[in-house]
Amino acid sequence: MGDLLAALGDYTLRTVALGAAVLGLLGGALGTFAVLRRQSLLSDALSHATLPGVVLGFLVTGTTSGSGLMVGAAVTAALAAGLVLVVVQRTRLKQDAVLALVLSVFFGVGTVLLTYVATTGASGQSGLDRFVLGQAAGLVASDVRVMAVLTAVALAVVALLYKELKLVAFDPTFARAVGYPVRRLEALLTALLVVAIVVGIQTVGVVLIAALLITPAAAARQWTDRLAVMVVLAALLGAVSGAVGALLSATTTDLPTGPLIVLVATGIFLVSLPARALRTRLGARREVSARRAKGVGVR
Amino acid sequence: MSVDLVIVVTAILVVVPCALLGSVLVLRQSVMVGDAISHAALPGIVLAFFLTGSLGPLTAVAGAAVFGLLTVVLVDLLQRGGRVRGDAAIGIVFTGLFALGVLLIARYGGNVHLDLEHVLFGEIAFAPLVTLEVGGVDLGPRSWWTMGVVAVAVVTFVLLLYKELKVTTFDPGLATVLGLSPVLVHQLLMALVSVTVVGAFDSVGAILVVAFLAGPAATAYLLVDRFSVMLATAVGTGAGSAVVGYLLARVWDLSIAGMMAGVVGVVFLTALLLGPRHGLVAAALAERRRRTRLRERLVRHARGSVGEGATVAQLAERLHWPVAEVERVVARIS
Repeated sequence: MGDLLAALGDYTLRTVALGAAVLGLLGGALGTFAVLRRQSLLSDALSHATLPGVVLGFLVTGTTSGSGLMVGAAVTAALAAGLVLVVVQRTRLKQDAVLALVLSVFFGVGTVLLTYVATTGASGQSGLDRFVLGQAAGLVASDVRVMAVLTAVALAVVALLYKELKLVAFDPTFARAVGYPVRRLEALLTALLVVAIVVGIQTVGVVLIAALLITPAAAARQWTDRLAVMVVLAALLGAVSGAVGALLSATTTDLPTGPLIVLVATGIFLVSLPARALRTRLGARREVSARRAKGVGVR
Repeated sequence: MSVDLVIVVTAILVVVPCALLGSVLVLRQSVMVGDAISHAALPGIVLAFFLTGSLGPLTAVAGAAVFGLLTVVLVDLLQRGGRVRGDAAIGIVFTGLFALGVLLIARYGGNVHLDLEHVLFGEIAFAPLVTLEVGGVDLGPRSWWTMGVVAVAVVTFVLLLYKELKVTTFDPGLATVLGLSPVLVHQLLMALVSVTVVGAFDSVGAILVVAFLAGPAATAYLLVDRFSVMLATAVGTGAGSAVVGYLLARVWDLSIAGMMAGVVGVVFLTALLLGPRHGLVAAALAERRRRTRLRERLVRHARGSVGEGATVAQLAERLHWPVAEVERVVARIS
């Protein structure tokens, strides 16, 4: 406990914890829509698809700092998203096959590019590895500021288009029938997903960023049936996972932050699992007492 | 033994079971389970290492296989009762287990020779270096033995249960009526997928396994319509991609596994664009033909109602089309 309190006073740690919390917030809020639209694993495919972009960004700019890598990551992730969309819409292949294919091929091309960078012997290439497993400890205040701004923008978009996104998440056919631009809204949600992934890979890495988008949202789903509550709750649970994971990793020296954040989120999810059953039972009891009060017979 | 031979044969031994099982998974829409298993096996490998203190071939594969099966069971458990949808369940389980694996390596792996990157990406280039020795006798590359056993098991499974696989995949309802137990076939299939993924990623790395599971099968699905032909096509394209990928990687001295995955992607893109019936180009051409034919019928119909000697201008007015458009169609049909 003393460690924890001492750690709270530490500037670097506060930065890392804050960054992880912001990331969890963003992941939870956007993940809600991904989970409800059965697009959970899209985030996994897109995060793997950032690798070739990161390496290309490095090859073009020649440095691992700066926004070149982020832009590259966003470009190849968006390319992958477009490819998934085209193949699923135009052929008889189903989403999961396309996701697995895109994920492995993009990542494979990324590793080919990594070996190419190694043969050119460019300096500073070692920084590229951190994208695979993430390196939260490397977060600095300016990173966190960028993350916070992007998160604010993404959340503002969600808040502004809340009604439309809700309809698209639950009943896209109806949304199309009443004239909403469903394609564009879906593209927007995917674009926001790409933003969240690009913001997150530095911190938790390519493989585990999917957890920040899926697990808090799935946990929140157990507690509520209302979308607004779910978005807020998922964002909160994500933020808590991020902060707690970062703090835990600071108390012991050799525990990496990314996996800890994911494990905290998974723990929250496991604790949440009984909530749905509990809710159903409570709901049934409430219904029974309501019926009694009305004098209606109980089955 | 030549290095090239060992690597190419290993790759083909991985391709055969991956392409066969991948075809079934593509049709059943559960390819991502393979991806999940390949990541979730990590803690199994680490725990097996801690328990036995060595990274022997059998301990690693056994530990990974246990966690592979655990993944399938956990995903099924979460899905049951509709608590979590299938894709979310897969995402939660594999990220959680993978995080656990990374944590175990970081916490206790300091004094242990367990290289995470190797476990994750594997490196098929090392296949010739790892040989199986029993009682001091060199029995050849270890990967040949692991993947050979897996390949034989999968081929036997597909041959013996061909009919059952086909019926349970395409029509689970009919399968139940016929007494074929889709559940049993599903569990057998998942167990084999688990063993294949784990055995293969010991030899070639997780990413290439997923590429071989999804790529050749998806390519075949775009090219052919019969299940048996699809299986053969998948194995053929997979083996071809592996060989070409290896040659390119040798020429340019780049990552072999990555290059093979890249070639799998190129082959898929080619089939996607140029496939004879389901390809994008063929579909666009067919669409154009349909439109042309419809236009011709509309013009004939308009001519019928206006009168045989109708001028282009009259037809254009009747159809509310631009004159040039009608001219083109009339030139084609007369």
